[in-house]
Amino acid sequence: MKWLSQNYPQVVELFLTHLALSVPAIVASFLIAVPLGWSAQHGRGLRGPVLVGVGLLYAIPSLPLFIIVPVLIGTPLRSSSTMIVVLTVYGVAVLVRSAADAFASVPAATLDAAAAVGHTRWSSFWRVELPLAGPVLLAGVRVITVSTVSLVSVGAVIGIQSLGTLFTDGFQRGIRFEVVTGIVLIVALAVLLDGLVVLAGRLLMPWTRGGRAGRGGRAGRVGRGGRGARVVRRGDDAPVLAEPRLAGAAQAEEGPR
Amino acid sequence: MNLFADAWRWLATGSNWTGDGGAATRLVEHLLVSGLVVGIAAIIAVPLGVLVGHTGRGRTVVVLAASTARAVPTLGLLTLVALATGIGLTGPVVALVVLAVPSLLAGAYAGVESVDRVTIDAARAVGMTEAQIVRRVELPLAAPLLVGGLRSATLQVVATSTLAAYTADVGLGRLLFAGLKAREYDVMLASALLVVALALVLEGVLALLQHLVTPRTTARAGNAHPISTVPEQSPTERTS
Repeated sequence: MKWLSQNYPQVVELFLTHLALSVPAIVASFLIAVPLGWSAQHGRGLRGPVLVGVGLLYAIPSLPLFIIVPVLIGTPLRSSSTMIVVLTVYGVAVLVRSAADAFASVPAATLDAAAAVGHTRWSSFWRVELPLAGPVLLAGVRVITVSTVSLVSVGAVIGIQSLGTLFTDGFQRGIRFEVVTGIVLIVALAVLLDGLVVLAGRLLMPWTRGGRAGRGGRAGRVGRGGRGARVVRRGDDAPVLAEPRLAGAAQAEEGPR
Repeated sequence: MNLFADAWRWLATGSNWTGDGGAATRLVEHLLVSGLVVGIAAIIAVPLGVLVGHTGRGRTVVVLAASTARAVPTLGLLTLVALATGIGLTGPVVALVVLAVPSLLAGAYAGVESVDRVTIDAARAVGMTEAQIVRRVELPLAAPLLVGGLRSATLQVVATSTLAAYTADVGLGRLLFAGLKAREYDVMLASALLVVALALVLEGVLALLQHLVTPRTTARAGNAHPISTVPEQSPTERTS
């Protein structure tokens, strides 16, 4: 506690730095992954290659990537731009799959109906497909929000400042409390941002709220994982054709993560 | 780009591979530590996950643990355990086991839970005991998701073992940190590429394994879990 009272201005600064690294990466991941996921779902024969591609990206450990990215794109080694690029790579790697599943959860018949009432492909995307894919997409964004916040800390070992600096500094100076402070603050930041994502989802997709409440109010019971899975399971209402893939998505949601 | 050529030259130089501190030793260390960790984690997590999946008890705890673990930064856990246990292998092994358990637990649990209740009832109806149901029905059908859990756990552990060199002098991370300290960027990049190659090779092997254990009969129409729904890659969090 004494350590915290002496160092809290620095802790606050690291907290804000951590936030400033996480948010752009989450936003960039979303902006890149949604079109990629959409084309993986709709492009002929694209699903396999795109998903294998992002799977391989995901398999690359982050620490080496902090060293490879600067060499590849010429950003300085210890810089926030390197950090944001690395985080975005992982965000995209996870979110493209979610996005492809999200668009797959939209029944083909609905898209045909949208075309039949005169939607162009463009307006059908914005006004029909994206809103219907929204809940599954939201679950994916929640996953990358939490993992991004956690991942930022790894940069500390090569000297990129963040709450992870509390780990390296605490380890070098043998201050256990400093390390614990870092862990607590990172988890808190992850929970905070996750909450904001959920809130944004409610505001942008007001219809999902009614749907959840109408289903026995189990939503709050099992916390994050359960709720994410529930969103995916909204497909219970979907036509039979869409069901198998939704079952798979639900498994993936609850599965190893 | 020149740095890539330098890194390649470093990798192609035989003398960098041999000897006590050579890349070969570090690679073997890396594999041994990762294997040890995944082994310990599997011994803890798989029976527990199967039990939860079979009985349906403790489901909430498993889901909660898996999602909470996502938010805990591995580097923090690693340094915390290292501060408690001192420099050496114990710190990283404990931290990495904690990292690997949720993926394996969730994979085993989700795999067993995904088995069609009708199938289990049928097994019970033909007179199988609970142990037989677990061994002969649930485990084979759960295998793809179980191996999926193993796959993401292995991936995370191999990646994070690099970080383990921060508190213990083992594995490929040691070359990486040595390069970082001495500003030998070719060594750093070379070791980074080695870790990436190792991760990709293991990912490929486990993907193949996952494909092999997927029961073909489930591809039949009308089944609740057709082959195409098996996640090739679980959307696990990346913590290292």
